[in-house]
Amino acid sequence: MTDVESFRAELVEFFERELPGQIGELPPATADYWGGRRPELPHPSSQRYCEVMAERGLTAPTWPREYGGGGLDKECAKIVTAELRRLGLPVPLVGFGMSMIGPTLLQFGTDEQKREHLPKIALGEIRWAQGYSEPNAGSDLASLAASARIAGDEITINGQKIWTSYADKADWMFGIFRTDTGGKKQEGITFLLLDMAQPGVEVRPIKLISGASPFCETFFTDARARTRDIIHGVGNGWTVAKALLGHERTMIGDLFGAGGRGRPATAGNLLVEVARDYIGEREPGGRIGDPVLRDRVTQFTMEERCFALTMQRSADAARAGHKPGPESSIFKIYGTELNQRRHELILALRGPQSVGWEGEGFDPRELAQTRDWLRSRGNTIEGGTSEIQLNIIAKHVLALPD
Amino acid sequence: MQLALTEDQALLARTANEFITAGEPLARLRKLRDGRDERGYALDRLARMAELGWTGISFSEADGGLGMGLAEVVLVTEAMGRGLAPEPYIPSIVLAGRAVALGGSAQHKEAWLQPAIAGQKVLALAHSRRRGRFDLTRAPVRATRVDGGFQLSGEATQVWGGHLADAYVIAARTTGDDGDRGGIALFVVPAGTPGLTAVRQHRIDSLNVAQLVLDGAVVGDDAELAAGGDGLGLLSRVIDEATVALTGEMLGGMTEALERTLGYLRERRQFGVPIGSFQALKHRAARLYIELELSRSVVMAAARAVDAQSADAAQLVSIAKAKLSDAYCLVANEAVQLHGGIGMTDEHDIGLFLKRARASEMTFGDASYHRARYAELGGY
Repeated sequence: MTDVESFRAELVEFFERELPGQIGELPPATADYWGGRRPELPHPSSQRYCEVMAERGLTAPTWPREYGGGGLDKECAKIVTAELRRLGLPVPLVGFGMSMIGPTLLQFGTDEQKREHLPKIALGEIRWAQGYSEPNAGSDLASLAASARIAGDEITINGQKIWTSYADKADWMFGIFRTDTGGKKQEGITFLLLDMAQPGVEVRPIKLISGASPFCETFFTDARARTRDIIHGVGNGWTVAKALLGHERTMIGDLFGAGGRGRPATAGNLLVEVARDYIGEREPGGRIGDPVLRDRVTQFTMEERCFALTMQRSADAARAGHKPGPESSIFKIYGTELNQRRHELILALRGPQSVGWEGEGFDPRELAQTRDWLRSRGNTIEGGTSEIQLNIIAKHVLALPD
Repeated sequence: MQLALTEDQALLARTANEFITAGEPLARLRKLRDGRDERGYALDRLARMAELGWTGISFSEADGGLGMGLAEVVLVTEAMGRGLAPEPYIPSIVLAGRAVALGGSAQHKEAWLQPAIAGQKVLALAHSRRRGRFDLTRAPVRATRVDGGFQLSGEATQVWGGHLADAYVIAARTTGDDGDRGGIALFVVPAGTPGLTAVRQHRIDSLNVAQLVLDGAVVGDDAELAAGGDGLGLLSRVIDEATVALTGEMLGGMTEALERTLGYLRERRQFGVPIGSFQALKHRAARLYIELELSRSVVMAAARAVDAQSADAAQLVSIAKAKLSDAYCLVANEAVQLHGGIGMTDEHDIGLFLKRARASEMTFGDASYHRARYAELGGY
């Protein structure tokens, strides 16, 4: 038996025998667990599942062991993902610690910083928020104004961040702050980490048009941080911030990409079912009654397939050893737009049943989908607007002049 | 299904690109057009493509081919699309040649297929009539039983590669009416058969197409391909294959049109700066790039699905043709607009892509046709 095969065998043994023995009923594949000091439990055993997995380094399989990871190579890490999926088990821990600040610390952090923060991320002890945008620094992020004044080992922070996802549930924040107001605006920015459980930090959720509040405003009034939590040095924060945005775009692309976690593979058929349900058909099992909507369903289904194939082509190229091509830059734009178009099309298919807000006369699926449509309007704004992404393609892929 | 090129495929793509782009391909096309060249393409170029092995790609080794498939064919046609090469590779090889390979007797293959693969004879396939749009059940010719064979009458239009071709595969209705799936047969009819006349037609894209008039031409029973079998099935199959080949060509054309446009945006100066620095134009260019990437993926997937005879191959063919029709026309329209005044002149080459894009859209079904077909295949 090769090393890889025996690794898989051991892993399966652990998943199938030890794991249920230690925690009983396992959470379903859809149960996302975000961890943190005040964890929300999508399933009664979510936290215990995360802890047991973390003990074996399986929350962050590729991170080094000394930082709480599994120390696995890519091949073994892929086996972990594949076996989880095969057995219908959830990824043990999700969140911005795993997907954004973790990889960024591995890239830019000192050994001391990695030792302090990475194990707490991998164990699910600390949940992170992202402090980037400000009311006057959205697409023009580098013009941010929230200030960090350094005196000795102490940093004093004042100002405001906005669109901080789930800040009301987070324990620590990674963010960018202005340490110098002279010179080029990118050069006076410092990337640092701070504990949010302190009097100088106030978080207010923002209610969106969907009625949900996934984003917050975060206010800093003489909030404190430590200089040892500055990443990559004072004034070098812009480099770190951009690298982290790369990790973020990858995450969003995965989320919206067809075949990704956010999308059932049979989305096309689902649209046909909705169409049949609300419009009727010429004869049972026959054509959708409205030829224009039938054509729109087809048009959308085709575009979705073309996008899924492009994601696959990118993955196949990566597996063949090619560096991720420029085609990956289109995933954020097109994936989010497809999600919006999909929701718009379902509204069209449901007709008047698509504009209910709450209460009688609308079934729960209709109400949920309407909220999802409203939420989807933000997809092309958050994580870098589509317009900014188009700028990136024009500059870095098409070599058009500034 | 792997959506990546093997080393051999990458080499083929490079060789094809070198062959096509050597020697000013668009100047050659203009010369053929402006000189009113009767043939509209160069026989010796077709023969050269045969020498390079490209005409044999999709045929079995028993038939004198290389035993490869559309995944390779689209690399050749993509290169041809970049240079708007007018040689009848798709009609003679991928369309009529494959019909003979799949439905023909040993005699058919010896008389027509082998010389076509060798680049010595040109074949064409007649399947459409005026006002038939893309419905294959609306055959252009009626075949009436006579002693020992059939008598063919009717008029086929826009037969690709059909002027000065050596033989024709003709879709004819033997029984029934428009809309019936049965009653369609394919006949191999040599040029020069009494009662058969080919007249050169002129389209916006200057390609060789012909109107084929059949006035009581008589063919023997042995002229029928897949005799007694499903003629429409055979016709649909080779048209699907040729459609994939055509989407490859369209991909090449849109790639070239976009690259030329990007070059213009970088060089052309107005208001003291390159016009490519204007955000309104940058965003339009980036949108076209997205369309191009999606197009490339679906062409590769459709070719591989047909090669593997996947259950969803026909659906993928329809997605590919619908996508490439819309995307190539969009890129070509935008290319002319972004070139400004010079873009609408005959002197500038970008307009040649606009014309080819439209003609390609109207070959083997446009986007509306393929969306309707996709829905039918999906049972909704």
